[in-house]
Amino acid sequence: MSDARLDVRKTYKLLINGAFPRSESGRSYEVTSAKGAFLANAAQGSRKDVRDAVTAARSAQAKWWNATAYNRGQVIYRLAEMAESRRDELAEHVSLAEGVNARTGQKTVSASIDRMVWYAGWTDKIAQVLGGTNPVAGPFFNFSIPVPSGVVGVISVQESSLLGFVDAVLAPICVGNTVVALASEARPTPAVLLGEMTSSSDFPGGVLNVVTGFTAELAPVLAAHEDVDGLDLSGVALEVADELAALGAGSIKRVYRPHEQESDSSLRRLRAFVETSTVWHTIGQ
Amino acid sequence: MPTCAPTNSAGTDVSDRQLANSQLGSLQYDPAPESAAIAKLRPSYGLFIDGEFSDGDAHLQFATVNPANEETLSMVTLASAVDIDRAVTVARRAYDKVWSKTTGAQRSKYLFRIARLIQERSRELAVVETLDNGKPIRESRDVDIPLAAAHFFYYAGWADKLDHAGFGAKPKPLGVAGQIIPWNFPLLMAAWKLAPALAAGNTCVLKPAETTPLSALVLAEILEQAELPPGVVNVITGDGSTGAALVDHPDVDKIAFTGSTEVGRMIQQRTASSHKHLTLELGGKGANIVFDDAPIDEMIEGIIDGIFFNQGHVCCAGSRLLVQESVADEVLRRLVRRVEQLRVGDPLDKNTDVGAINSAAQLLRIREMTDFGESEGATRYTSSCALPPKGYWFAPTVFADVAQSHRIAREEIFGPVLSVLTFRTPAEAVAKANNTNYGLACGVWSEKGSRTLWVAERLRAGVIWANTYNRFDPTSPFGGMRESGFGREGGRHGLEAYLNV
Amino acid sequence: MAVLRVASVDHVSTAPLRLVTAEDRHVQIASTIAVPTIENEAQLKALIASLSGVDAVGAEARAAKLSTRSIKKSTKLAAIEMAISMIDLTTLEGADTPGRVASLCTKAMRPDPRDLTVPSVAAVCVYPDLVAHARSVLGSSPVAVASVATAFPSGRASLQVKLMDVRDAVVAGADEIDMVIDRGAFLSGRLGQVFDEVVAVKEACGDAHLKVILETGELVTYDNVRRASWVAMLGGADFIKTSTGKVTVNATLPNALVMLEAVRDFAETAGRTVGVKVAGGIRTSKDAIRYLVVVNETVGSTWLTPRLFRLGASSLLNDLLMQRLKQQRGAYVRADEFSGD
Repeated sequence: MSDARLDVRKTYKLLINGAFPRSESGRSYEVTSAKGAFLANAAQGSRKDVRDAVTAARSAQAKWWNATAYNRGQVIYRLAEMAESRRDELAEHVSLAEGVNARTGQKTVSASIDRMVWYAGWTDKIAQVLGGTNPVAGPFFNFSIPVPSGVVGVISVQESSLLGFVDAVLAPICVGNTVVALASEARPTPAVLLGEMTSSSDFPGGVLNVVTGFTAELAPVLAAHEDVDGLDLSGVALEVADELAALGAGSIKRVYRPHEQESDSSLRRLRAFVETSTVWHTIGQ
Repeated sequence: MPTCAPTNSAGTDVSDRQLANSQLGSLQYDPAPESAAIAKLRPSYGLFIDGEFSDGDAHLQFATVNPANEETLSMVTLASAVDIDRAVTVARRAYDKVWSKTTGAQRSKYLFRIARLIQERSRELAVVETLDNGKPIRESRDVDIPLAAAHFFYYAGWADKLDHAGFGAKPKPLGVAGQIIPWNFPLLMAAWKLAPALAAGNTCVLKPAETTPLSALVLAEILEQAELPPGVVNVITGDGSTGAALVDHPDVDKIAFTGSTEVGRMIQQRTASSHKHLTLELGGKGANIVFDDAPIDEMIEGIIDGIFFNQGHVCCAGSRLLVQESVADEVLRRLVRRVEQLRVGDPLDKNTDVGAINSAAQLLRIREMTDFGESEGATRYTSSCALPPKGYWFAPTVFADVAQSHRIAREEIFGPVLSVLTFRTPAEAVAKANNTNYGLACGVWSEKGSRTLWVAERLRAGVIWANTYNRFDPTSPFGGMRESGFGREGGRHGLEAYLNV
Repeated sequence: MAVLRVASVDHVSTAPLRLVTAEDRHVQIASTIAVPTIENEAQLKALIASLSGVDAVGAEARAAKLSTRSIKKSTKLAAIEMAISMIDLTTLEGADTPGRVASLCTKAMRPDPRDLTVPSVAAVCVYPDLVAHARSVLGSSPVAVASVATAFPSGRASLQVKLMDVRDAVVAGADEIDMVIDRGAFLSGRLGQVFDEVVAVKEACGDAHLKVILETGELVTYDNVRRASWVAMLGGADFIKTSTGKVTVNATLPNALVMLEAVRDFAETAGRTVGVKVAGGIRTSKDAIRYLVVVNETVGSTWLTPRLFRLGASSLLNDLLMQRLKQQRGAYVRADEFSGD
């Protein structure tokens, strides 16, 4: 007779507005490890879930941008603290999802956490790099500041289930946007876990929303949604990306497509989702 | 429309019925002292070299005293040139073997740790700072300590982004930095020096001020807790001779000094023929310029804050008030009223606004200067507040009818003494504000944006505050022009002092 | 190294020395009036335009700094009792009944029936049609009856209707009238109309004293709050009041600060002391004490009396009673220790 303890299995749900609902459609789909073992019945997100996530992101955006840059940095740094303290759990998820060994899993997690720290340190500096005063030819004080585009839809890269996800969502978030992210279709569990961590790390609800499900079904919804200001097309193939970019043109979205070899210290992702706002003020007695 | 003739009645007698039940008139605040025991001070401290505390070579110690009551807080080590040499050697070795090989991402994480630890031990640090410096606990708690932590947080984020700092690709550090800091914001000044230096990849030898060594020593404990590699930061306590030994040491690549213009001049002379990079943050005689359309109540608070915050021990203090002549009388009246309301007393009391003068020497200097002010013919207003019988105290003072040629209009007093002068036009205000060899900070008070910007453009000051004063942020560069020094601390610009660019 | 002992001695000087005394910290109530009589809207507007602006950042910073005052021990006890005596205990609900009002009045007279040293509150505040009932329940108690009027809370009715509202309340026995200014008129620049209405209502009040509600939440900017305060005071207000309590943003410390500064300046130029009432959203003793600190450090002890400062609140009273008991017993107490209404 075995006294083996039965464990309590985890349900992988959506993250919308700081809460964890199942899909409003009630659907779920089977997620397996890279080696084919059953991992979870993840929520199969619907167009309505995407709609709800966009609503949540929009209503959280003004407040997120109104927080001080220092505060935003603190929030992102705390996510790094959370991730570090739960690194083994993350590493296990990565290993299972990506089919890599434990050591590689740990390395991926370390790289992801260091990336979080990198972004945490950008919030109160990006304005100094992208902004500045402009010496116009007249008695005016003229300055340009980078302001966030608003709500950014992220179609996360399919293979890199954690590191790629972190890059794609934290870049827009650290400059003041809020995000609706479609996690990798086949490898969603690390993203869902990271989403859970944002809830315990001072992220206001709605800043990061994570929808799991079928990319082909959900990406067009996100791309066409007119209240989404920016689109990150990392997670789709070239031809599909072209179609989605065309859909996004409907509301003149800012579209980001990753380059083949993007250097780690490239600012492209940060620049993709900011708008330059320039102010003139007269100078005179 | 009916006329309105204001009456002298103060309400009907209906509410007089309440008099029997009400507690009339006064709200005297009971003492609300923070506990000194939170400081957990040791009876004596050694020098922090190579990651641990050790005795000085000559085994000499001196007392550090609480300026509020003249009681000894602890004994600290008087470092000699031998100790300085050991510290610099250790810092050099740590630079060559460890820190120059530490990636930016790693340095970043050390600095984040230090920032977090400061936050976690903030209450303890605030009490230590108040005991050693004499500043009100409310200020240490709400200003000094949070800004120190924020400074480490900010520069932590630069350590792995130096390529983007505007100094070219892969900028290199200078090497070993010798850093000498003043007694007015002990922990904050330590943060202003260490954070950018470490972010840029330098190692440090930090020399805190003679009268305020303690918070730097507690910071050393924090560096231990953060597991910063030994030798990367060394804390060497002592007096002027210790500082001189550091300045003169041939293996120091960089000297950063904050203190008086007099000492800054000496340091610049002594390092002139060496290879050492130098930045100086020196004295000032800040002008707070008030136009007739200033937002009146906030302006009064700003003037008060500009000169009485930190007992006036602030290099960028608004120690001159330049007020538009048309509103001078009204402003002076309100100022005097506000000065009288300042609570002067026990720095550990949470309701204290103005604390103790940091040392007997400084108190003497302040008295000398105010004596001059009187003898020069300015009109003196001094708060009638009671001063404690022991300790170093000076009642907040305002001098009116000050002339541009008076000593109290030209020389830095570094105490709670304001000199009030008038002007007629914006150009005159600018001329008077600039009529000094200093150039650190100014304030401009007006609701007219274009005029504020016009004045700001013409003021020769490294920092200009509009409708506010004494606002500091790690992202905002701070430093002076002319004899207030050179180099900036804070912001992207603050990295320049510690990079070989 | 010897420590130099320096005693802090006053030293005698021969230069012109203007002695500052403790009296200098007080508000100097003008003996000669330095404010012109208002004869027309243009004059009113000119006076209002000459008022200084308010820097929002500075005002909020000052209020925040005052919030850090640490009020403990006997000061806290004194402040709690002072606050209790300054409460206008309020019920302004559509569902108010004579029973509800009677309950409120009983509590107002004797907040803690087991401890008669607890002061009674300053007033009860009700709708006009319940004034007579409140008066009869209160009898000859020193607790005053304050009535809202002038189409409270919106103020959107004709002047005729608003004045009738006031007269009804006065006839029914109201000692105090809390009117609302016409915010629509104010925000569209018709200051003369706002002023005239205050004057008219003051006249209709007779012997009752007049509180003028500015509705700071709808005025939004501190500049507007300062201006509206002056219009109300020039129009004859005995009190200026922050809010109706019926909108999203009611009393805030910075608004109270700006109003107290206006009251101070008015006393120093027009020679009349006007009271301030903060209302809406003040639930805890901590909140109440913060307001008292702002009063203390802006206008001083003259205003620390129910004659010149009021707290419009309902649940606040129980929190004050709880805190008072906690101070006496040394332990936290349960809410049920006191009656719910």
